[in-house]
Formats: sequence, C-alpha cells, structure tokens
Amino acid sequence: MAKRSARPFSVTDLPGFATIAILAFVALYVPILTLVAYSFNGATSVAVWGGFSLQWYVAAWDNTVVQAAAMRSLGIAACASVLATTVATMAALGTTRTAPFRGQTAIYVAINQPLMVPEIVTAVALLIFFAAIKVATGYTGLAYLVMAHTAFCIPFAYLPIRARLEGMDLSLETAAADLYASRWHTFRYVTLPLLAPGIAAGAMLAFVISLDDVVITEFVKSAGQDTLPTYMLGQMRRAITPETNAISTALLALTVLLLTAFFILTRKRD
Amino acid sequence: MTRTAEQQQKAATTRRNWALSAPALLVLALFASGPLLIVLVYSFLRPGSYSGVEWEFTTEAWQGIFLTRDIFDGTLGWADAHLSIFWRSVKLSLTTTILTFAFGFPTAWFIATRPARARAFWLFLITIPFWTNLLIRTFAINEVIRNEGLMNTVLIKLGVIAEPIRVIYTDTAVLIGMTYVYLPLMVLPLFAAIDRFDMKLLEAGYDLYASRWQVLRRVVLPIVKPGIVAGSILVFVPSLGAYVTPRVLGGGKNMMIGNFIELQFGQGRNWPLGSALAMLLLLIVMVALLVYVRAATKGAPQGGH
Repeated sequence: MAKRSARPFSVTDLPGFATIAILAFVALYVPILTLVAYSFNGATSVAVWGGFSLQWYVAAWDNTVVQAAAMRSLGIAACASVLATTVATMAALGTTRTAPFRGQTAIYVAINQPLMVPEIVTAVALLIFFAAIKVATGYTGLAYLVMAHTAFCIPFAYLPIRARLEGMDLSLETAAADLYASRWHTFRYVTLPLLAPGIAAGAMLAFVISLDDVVITEFVKSAGQDTLPTYMLGQMRRAITPETNAISTALLALTVLLLTAFFILTRKRD
Repeated sequence: MTRTAEQQQKAATTRRNWALSAPALLVLALFASGPLLIVLVYSFLRPGSYSGVEWEFTTEAWQGIFLTRDIFDGTLGWADAHLSIFWRSVKLSLTTTILTFAFGFPTAWFIATRPARARAFWLFLITIPFWTNLLIRTFAINEVIRNEGLMNTVLIKLGVIAEPIRVIYTDTAVLIGMTYVYLPLMVLPLFAAIDRFDMKLLEAGYDLYASRWQVLRRVVLPIVKPGIVAGSILVFVPSLGAYVTPRVLGGGKNMMIGNFIELQFGQGRNWPLGSALAMLLLLIVMVALLVYVRAATKGAPQGGH
C-alpha cells in the first residue's frame, strides 16, 4: 500500500475521530500531571504555586503514620501476591494444556469470580464474616487483610500465568519424559523455567492490585490498620494537603515501574 | 464392566487437575464466594439493637429497600430516599457508560489505525491510567475540577469567568469523575475488537458508494459489537457499585448505592438492610453479565440492533 499520508482519501480515517482521541488523551493525562506538579509545589497551599520543592516528600517521609501505613501496604501486598501467585500457578497448571475434564468451566468461573462481584459487595461480606471470627477468636491482626487481598488477587495472578502456559507446547516436557526425567524433575527443570516470566508477571499484577485496594481494605481493617490508600482516603475527607499529592505521586511512580517491567516480561519474543 | 485404560487415564487427569486447583478454590471459597452466602442469610434477619443482627427470620430488610413505615401513623409508603439513591446510581452509571463510549470509541479507533510502532505507544498510554490506583485518579480529577483547582484557576486568569464554577460535590462532579476513571476500561476492549476488524471491509463499503457514516453504522458497529458490549459491562458494573469516586467528589450528600450500603454498616446500624442492598446490587450485576454473555456468544454478529 502506498504511503497513507500522501493519499487524499484515507480509508481508515473517520472525521473528527483523531481530534476526539487526542482530546481524550489530554483529558486523561492533564489531571495526573497536575497532581504530580502540585506534589513539587513549594507553597503550603495547593491553590498557589510556590516554586519547585521536595518539602512534601520530606514531610511524607518523616510522617510516622505514613511510614507505618506504607510498610503495612507493602507487607500485605508482598504476602498476598506470593500466596495468590502460588495457588494461581498451581490452578493454571491444572486448567491448561489438558484434555477437557469434568468441572473445568466451573473452576474457571470460580477463579474469576472476584472480577464479577462489585467490590463493595465483597467488602461487606468480608466485614460480616470477619466480625464473627473476630468475636469468636479475639484475633484482630493483619491476617484478615492478607487473606482478603490474596483472594481478590488470584484472578489477576492467574490470567498472565495461564496465557504464558497456553503459549508453551508440551514437546519439551515430552522430550524430558522420554529421557526418563521424573515428573518432578521435568516440572522443576523444564516447565518452571519456561513459565517463570508468566509467574513474575502474575505476581507483579497481584502486587499492584493489592497495593491499590481501597474499598475492601477500608471495610476489613481493624482500628489502626490503615494502608496507604485508606490513609489517603481519610486525609481527603478533611483538607487536601500537598503531602497526599506526594504520596500519590510516589505510588504512581511505583505502578508505572511495575507495569513497565510487566510489559517487558510478557512481550512476545520476536 | 471393567474400566478401560483410557477411562482410568481420564479419571486420573481429572483428579490431578482438581487437586492442583484446590488451594486457589479453597482461598476463594473462604474469602470471596462463601461470605456472599452469609450476606444473603443476613438480609433475612432482624437488625440488632446496637449493630449486627438478631437471629430471627424476616423479609423486612428486603421490603425496607422499597417501602418505609411512617413514624407517626405507621402506614407503608414508598421509600423515596432509597429510590432516589437507586435512580441516581442507575442514571449516573448509564450516563457514564454512554460518555465513556462517546470518547472511547474514537480513541480506540485512533489507536487501532496507527502504524504498529505508534500503536504500541498509544496503547501503553491507555494502559498506565488503566492500572493506576482509582483513588489517585479520583484525587487527580479532583485537583482539576475543585473550586480552587486547575480548571477554575485557568478560566479566571483568562478572564472567561469571574467566579469559580462550583461543580465539586454535585452529581456532575461524580459523573465527570466516573467518566474520567472508567474511560480506559472502555477503550481497551473496544481496541481489541477494532484491532481484529478487517479494514478491507471499509474499502468495499466505499466502493459501493456508502458514506462514512453509513459505513460506520452498517459495517463497523455491527462487527465490533462484542467489544462494545464488553466495554459497556466493564464500565457499567463498577460504576453501579462505585464507592470511592462518589465519596470523594460527591461529598456526603450525593450518595450512590455503594455509599448507601456502607452507611447501613456504619452510622445506619442496619446490617440486614445493608445486606439486602448488597444482594440487590449483586443481582443487577449478574443480570448485566448474563446479557453480556448472551450478546457475546451469539456468534458472528448479523446486523446491529
């Protein structure tokens, strides 16, 4: 085909579409960039610009409440993503590259169930369930949050692992079996190394999803168990401080970093 | 009848696959699906005097969604406050879906018709907001539309307006916010559908003297319909259950169902009513998903209607 730009009538161009698209991209990014810009604001108010400053990052860093919330967020996300990725990897191995078996669809639906139920409904359900357990056992630790996060992270960990597995044919495993490798050795030295990028991608996605959760955490947490997002939600109810902007920007940077890594891991090799 | 080796093999495969899936299923049963059943049970109980429930069967909570008893003469009437929250939620969610489609379709089309390298770049630009914390994005749009925010500051500096446009803490603010945060959810499935669309069909349409509008309406839209349905569901479902966006941008007054449910577990202290509301929300979402599955599995789409 000849160069598209040289042609007066482009088949794929629809009038106004490019303009709306560019507008949409501008609309998507202006608020995010505003937020990032305000986090470097030297003034004490978010309404005026007082020159470039890192003071809000310093303030957030020195705030012991923020420190505790950040550690809690990272700790929960780490535990939940490891647990979710482990069980999701097993489930992916059990539901791909296999002859159709009884209950396959049921398993698939069950694993993706958290994607279909509104978060607020799950949040309320866990609130009721955990309230009963808290009364019965007296335990009010972080395990509730870890388990709640693990559950809703499972489909996010499962999907990239499954996608990776579906792209791997069984020939190498068959070859290993032909060479008298045991099942475990085949898995350990053939399947697992090939699957590793998928597992890493799944774990990263689960980590991001756990780190971002507001609604379920807000309902499940006991007193004094704020994560970064629930702390920020609480802050927003009062006055907006540039400190919250600084925390948002830091979280944003972490998300972009993990996403870039995710894309590199899942990119199809040329 | 003795089992053949093949049957035994098949049974072994089934056992192995179920065993591998069991840990994930157990976690989900305990911490995702199972608790939903407790909510269903709670919706048929009586509210406790402080919070929690009394173990006594009643359908009062379900009736309470729609009906309210007058505190003076005890007559039943429509629960106008509840109905208006429902109506607002449905209205805002539908409008959000339509707006995200209006902006999302041209955006998805634009991305899909770029050359391969540029396409990856634009796609990445959509993916970043898609995965960015919903709270941060709500906060970001708040920075733009609040009274002393970017929009008003710029407009006043330019002399377009003298007084700030007071949009924050209104339904419009919630609508702008939801359209903003859910736009990427509409664009990605639309892109996937348009990407598979054979652009040669456009040429065929033009060859047959169809106008651009006719080609769009009669050729493109019917074929990418599964993507439209998927995007609409992906936007409509979280919009209807939205909690964060209306809470931050709508203030305390402009509640949606999600906030109203929370209220029942907080100040309202009516767990059964909250449970019934949550179950109703789940029911609406399930119906929407069924519509989606039926529309998506209809096979090759014929005609758009």
